Amino acid sequence: MYAVRHWSVRHARGLNAFYNAFERLLVALHPLWSFIGYQRLERPVAALERSVKGVLFDCRMCGQCILSSTGMSCPMNCPKNLRNGPCGGVRANGHCEVRPEMKCVWVEAVAGSARIPGGRDALAAVQVAIDRRLQGRSSWLRMVRQRLGEAP
Amino acid sequence: MIFEDEPVPGYPLPILPGHTSPGRFERVLRAGQFAVTAELAPPDSADPEDVYRRARIFDGHVDAINATDGSGANCHMSSLAVCALLTRVGYAPVMQISCRDRNRIAIQGDILGGAAMGVCNVLCLTGDGVQAGDHPQALPVFDLDSMTLLETARLLRDEHRFLSGRKITYAPRVLLGAAENPFAQPVEWRAERLAKKVAAGAQFVQTQFCYDVPLLRAFLSQVEQLGLLDKVFILVGVGPLRSAKAAEWIRTHVPGVHIPDQIIARLAGAADSALEGRRLCIELIQEIRTIRGVHGVHVMAYRQEETVAEIIERSGVLNGRVPWYPGRDQRTDSNRIAS
Repeated sequence: MYAVRHWSVRHARGLNAFYNAFERLLVALHPLWSFIGYQRLERPVAALERSVKGVLFDCRMCGQCILSSTGMSCPMNCPKNLRNGPCGGVRANGHCEVRPEMKCVWVEAVAGSARIPGGRDALAAVQVAIDRRLQGRSSWLRMVRQRLGEAP
Repeated sequence: MIFEDEPVPGYPLPILPGHTSPGRFERVLRAGQFAVTAELAPPDSADPEDVYRRARIFDGHVDAINATDGSGANCHMSSLAVCALLTRVGYAPVMQISCRDRNRIAIQGDILGGAAMGVCNVLCLTGDGVQAGDHPQALPVFDLDSMTLLETARLLRDEHRFLSGRKITYAPRVLLGAAENPFAQPVEWRAERLAKKVAAGAQFVQTQFCYDVPLLRAFLSQVEQLGLLDKVFILVGVGPLRSAKAAEWIRTHVPGVHIPDQIIARLAGAADSALEGRRLCIELIQEIRTIRGVHGVHVMAYRQEETVAEIIERSGVLNGRVPWYPGRDQRTDSNRIAS
């Protein structure tokens, strides 16, 4: 939802702090996920992630979430799927070139990242090319396995 | 400036120490000259002569010619083909690659193909949205973005690998460029975006049209604070405006072009607005060249390419230098043979 999406960027600091705690919890529960099986968890967790992040961020389930690096503004809502900053076509009022009724997700990201400790540094990191195979998969489960060195 | 080993069409120049490409454009930049590039509008035609005619207009006034890649999301001859035609006769093209129409498989192939045909400069762009052009029903690809495109091109060149990791036997020797728009929102983050592009591999930058010098100065001082001035060659985009009406149309319809009201008022008040537009362009070039960190100008004179020579001539930025063009050195060549 467009209005909620803006609320999330305004509350980027709180959401980021919440997510950091949530991430630690998810990683701590790895034995449980392992016991149930990551394969079996994939569909229900992805569905849960889709509904929660869908409401908060208009999440597109790219499967490789970088919200913490983009001020809680989802870059996949950019019509050009830009994950590394705005294009050169942003309008003078800060709205999107392609969808004039929408605020540029990167104008939002720059504002949101200023609210997160270290957010501007995270914004400066160059994101690698997106992996289209992960579309629709849970980035939470992927993150846990990445933290434990089990996934690339 | 004349190099003793000026290019023979079809034969690459040697790569000088510290250079990444055998191109003339990189040599001019690294020699500390004020460089001039111009944009060639690719023809809606399959006739090579249409390309050569458009290139000849710039003879003796530009160091490199940008071949646009479906600019404004309109369909034209491909930038790869335009570049291939240009290198055949020795011109130094800048091959523009946009992420809008091709995925990473096609783009990497084009970089190799372009380099094989003598392209020494690649400009990595995101691209205008399809809604801006004459095929709004097309699929917007945007598999990569300008940043990951730069990284990909650098990987090909420096690591001799595709994104997949597969080895390349002979890497493309190219100078990598990017675009920047210091005049679009979020203005305060544009210098940092440039820093990101430099980190991703950009060696030169061509900016969007500049009609607002104070904003450009603010941008460049931020760029300087970020310590980027000696890491990237900056060419500022300029172009003549034909009339107040045309300027008004451009700023409302062309994504990302910022034209202040006083510029439009000045054109509207002039007796001959096209002449005033050219005069304004010359003044802008002369002012821009004095700013620290500017290494050249990129002239975009869409549908008035014939004015570029006069504008560059009268601005005096070449300082008497005559950039290479096919036939420039014929006299010296025959002298060489005679002696």
